[in-house]
Amino acid sequence: MDTNTLITQFQNGSVQAFEKLYEMYGQNILGVINVILKDEVRSQEICQDVFVKVWKNASQYNASKGRFFTWLLNIARNAAIDELRSKSHKQQQKNLSTDYFVDILETEEADTPSLDSIGLSKVLNGLKDKCREIISLLYFKGYTQKEVSETLDIPLGTVKTRNRNCIAQIRKNCDL
Amino acid sequence: MDIEKYIASGILELYVAGSLSESENLEVLHNAQQYPRIQEEIEKIEQALLQLTEASSGSLKKPAFETIIPNVQESEKVIPLKPEHKTPWGTYVGWAAALFFGVGLFWFYNQNQDLENTIQVTKQNIKILNDTVSALETAVTDTQKVLQMLRDQNTKVVDLGGQTVAPEAYAKVYWNQDTQKVIVDTQGLPEPPDGYDYQIWSLTLEPLTPTSLGVLSDVGQDGVQLFELPNTNASEAFGITLEPDGGSETPTLEQLYTLGTTAP
Repeated sequence: MDTNTLITQFQNGSVQAFEKLYEMYGQNILGVINVILKDEVRSQEICQDVFVKVWKNASQYNASKGRFFTWLLNIARNAAIDELRSKSHKQQQKNLSTDYFVDILETEEADTPSLDSIGLSKVLNGLKDKCREIISLLYFKGYTQKEVSETLDIPLGTVKTRNRNCIAQIRKNCDL
Repeated sequence: MDIEKYIASGILELYVAGSLSESENLEVLHNAQQYPRIQEEIEKIEQALLQLTEASSGSLKKPAFETIIPNVQESEKVIPLKPEHKTPWGTYVGWAAALFFGVGLFWFYNQNQDLENTIQVTKQNIKILNDTVSALETAVTDTQKVLQMLRDQNTKVVDLGGQTVAPEAYAKVYWNQDTQKVIVDTQGLPEPPDGYDYQIWSLTLEPLTPTSLGVLSDVGQDGVQLFELPNTNASEAFGITLEPDGGSETPTLEQLYTLGTTAP
């Protein structure tokens, strides 16, 4: 079934359509949250919260705002970052580094991927640190182009082209 | 528009990241709808991100959909429950009870009024009966007194016959000389005309001397027929005349109704 049709049904209150969308994107959203929180139990709890929120706010999604996945990504990282800022999480994660995405990639080195998915090490194969950095900021932290430009102290145009080159590397790794 | 240059700018990667402004988002959407090459590129970028994010979940398994569904259904329920108009049975029952109570109260009030009325009527009936009883008692006492006198051996019965003005009339006088009382029975006298009363006289014959014993008021009415009067005279005859109301000093002999002598 066409993804757009599924999204329409989901917005009309179809639980079945919602379940299919969850099958399509659930694992991705969990991955995003896990990269941000680095806490497996909390990540699963926040993932549940995120999809309950997605269901409740179904009517708020509009194609003019961007891709459906992008909408989910936005809700997920906001929820994860909120959790990260909460007092309880701060007490558990005192030594939280800013380049957490780099951290989790390092811990994933020994990971054994399941059969139907590619392992993180393969996805990020040959990816430079500045790529991991910019992908982390744009996709996992939700920074705008301008914010990335200021944070990394590089020109606005460079943000776009560098990011495109980094994504191109991932696409190459995944045969896309 | 140079599609390849547009793609190479890297704007589509930022579009998938959600880093663009609203107007930039709309622009990309329009271009994607217009050029399949752009749409295809966006989907490939998204696929790359899906690979990256899925891989980032590592060995973690996403929660079962069923763990989200109870919350989802709960949140679904909460919304329609609020505006749902539940029948306020409590209110209905309350009003029904109030109405029932009111009707009951009115019924009891009416019952009470009826009973009060009945009591009033009964009281009046009792009063009437009491009056009747005392009237009867008086009548019995009177009758007993008369009977007592009639049965007394010292009582003389004097028959008074009808005279010229009323030949049909008659009367009886029971005279007890011991007690010096007479009882006059007026049963045989016609009812006197308005403005007139009968008057009874004691007579001595040589010479003819009338002495008034009393006025017999309201003869015939309401059954007043017996009159008890004192008589201290040595009466030789009794006569009853019709006199103007209140009686006269001397008898009007033209209106002599009945007359009888005491001698046997």
